[in-house]
Amino acid sequence: MSTLAEPVPQVQAPAEAAEEAQLTYRDAINAALDDEMSGDPAVLLIGEDIASDGGVFKTNAGLIEKYGPGRILNTPICENGFTGVALGMALMGMRPVVEFMFSDFLPTAGDQIVNQLPKYRFMSGGQCAVPVTIRSISGGTGRFGTQHSATGESWFMALPGLRVVTASSPGSAYALLRAAIRDNNPVLFHEHKGLYGRKGPVRRGSIAEVGKAETVRGGKDVTIVATLLMVERALKAADALVEDGIEAEVIDLRWVRPMDVSTVRASVERTGRLLVAEEQVHHGGWGASLISELTMGGVGWSAPPAAVSLPYDQPVPYSPPLEDALIPGADRIAEVARSVARH
Amino acid sequence: MTDRPDHIPWFRKMLEIRLFEEKVQELFMAGLIEGTTHLCQGQEAVPVGAVAAMHADDVLTNTYRGHGEALARGMDAEAAFAELMGRSSGCCGGVGGSMHLTDFSKGNVGANAIVGAGLPIALGCAMAFKLREEPRVALTFFGDGATNIGTFHESLNMAAVWKAPIVFVITNNLYGEYSPLRSTTPIEDLARRADPFGIPGVVVDGQDVDIVYDNTLSAIERARSGGGATLLEMKTYRYRGHSRADPAKYRPDGELEAWKARDPIDILGGRLASEGQLSAEEQQNLRKEVSAEIDAAADRAAAAPPPTFEEIQSYVYAG
Repeated sequence: MSTLAEPVPQVQAPAEAAEEAQLTYRDAINAALDDEMSGDPAVLLIGEDIASDGGVFKTNAGLIEKYGPGRILNTPICENGFTGVALGMALMGMRPVVEFMFSDFLPTAGDQIVNQLPKYRFMSGGQCAVPVTIRSISGGTGRFGTQHSATGESWFMALPGLRVVTASSPGSAYALLRAAIRDNNPVLFHEHKGLYGRKGPVRRGSIAEVGKAETVRGGKDVTIVATLLMVERALKAADALVEDGIEAEVIDLRWVRPMDVSTVRASVERTGRLLVAEEQVHHGGWGASLISELTMGGVGWSAPPAAVSLPYDQPVPYSPPLEDALIPGADRIAEVARSVARH
Repeated sequence: MTDRPDHIPWFRKMLEIRLFEEKVQELFMAGLIEGTTHLCQGQEAVPVGAVAAMHADDVLTNTYRGHGEALARGMDAEAAFAELMGRSSGCCGGVGGSMHLTDFSKGNVGANAIVGAGLPIALGCAMAFKLREEPRVALTFFGDGATNIGTFHESLNMAAVWKAPIVFVITNNLYGEYSPLRSTTPIEDLARRADPFGIPGVVVDGQDVDIVYDNTLSAIERARSGGGATLLEMKTYRYRGHSRADPAKYRPDGELEAWKARDPIDILGGRLASEGQLSAEEQQNLRKEVSAEIDAAADRAAAAPPPTFEEIQSYVYAG
């Protein structure tokens, strides 16, 4: 029984060759799940509609055939219940990966996400570890309407004990998901539904560092920090800014909690200028927290920090032209970056 | 009534729980315990009888009214008192308090302060056992009030669909916090709530430790042998109010007295006396002995320091 009290040991990274393949974001997630499941029998998937036909977003294709129903536990539609089941499994030494179809469903498991997963180890006095990963599909552009289009990446960032991470590309999705599954703490893993078809390089066997942002483009004039779909759009904006003689540095924040303030700080200390690009309202989000941390830490701003976020204080509408206008595009990121750079 | 375990340790454990709870009240009045407490005097047959039917490697989750299960599973009274006093020597290092007497080394894998939250967690434990083909069972203890929350229905449904090795134990003490059950729930026998899920539901006299033990053992054996989940409704009563702040004025006259006439310790004590196992005098002596142990445990607990922030930092994230 005493072994229950020990933190679950992390499995050593397999000595896989760092072969690079071009994979879609969807296939990168599939590969990360497959590699973790094949490397560790304690890893299993749990959630609604995850077994049949590769799951709703086809990220689990082939896994039921390979691992069987004992490792892909299809559930009734009861998020709070099956998230609690995942917690219980984790206490008994398993590493469940919970699939929430849409991020919008996360609050239906509010008790487990807010009161149980992040606090369970703490209030037991460190007697247990809670290695649960919750994957959820977030973001707009899909014409899914108000209750299927939220990013939700900032909803749970005020909870000590939890980690929150976002994946912006196939390569980061693969490496971050593997890191999330291996972490001995609960991790909310946000995928973006608009990115599933994107192709990009994936280094098979790579495992990301927890809490580390990634500088995806170097530049000296302005720092743009983004997550999820906004990373791609920030990169596109940076391309456009070259014509204006502006070199933008783009940082994929990746982890909303813990937040890598120091990587951003080092960048802003060079550029003196910051723009956060968010697919959410600015108030109460990671962008506001990041600016607060930097400001309190005494960064010398050359220009006031700026945010490109949802331009209207409202949920995501269905109407396609309005949805497109609400979610920040590369043009708007470039426009605001220009004014920040020229301030 | 054959092959029954020795009753005297059960009697002793029920006394220990009763006297522990009374000491908690005393320590609260003395300012050594702060915040709130949820006591279980009157319900002792439920934790003692049910836990006696468990194997050492079975697990349980329970609730903020969980001192009984913790002690029944063998938690040291000093570690429990220290936890209630917020000392570093408490079972959870002093960060949990009265509502979280958790002890993984004893298979107590979570006393929960959120109504209904422990049910799916216990089910997850049960499913881990099932998927790994381990002959282990999970029990989850919760109150009558929890049968109205979503996780109760979600958990019974999943447990039934998966034929999980779990036993759901309702401690029906007739009140969900300050509200009488009849004002919140349209049926009297909560065991009937098993019916829609196609699992057995059993009404159990929660005042008689023998009956509690027999029914829990049957449910556990059924779960262990692959038969799936059972819902047990233990009919019992809490002598105190919901929590420290509650004088329980909402109870009708005579109700408390009627239940005290069927006190679980008296029922077992009467049986032990009539069977010649433990006379009334021996029972009194045992009570004095346990009382002295409880006092000593509380004194030792009070002598320990509170934890430091350095100590509890590692409780937030696992390495």
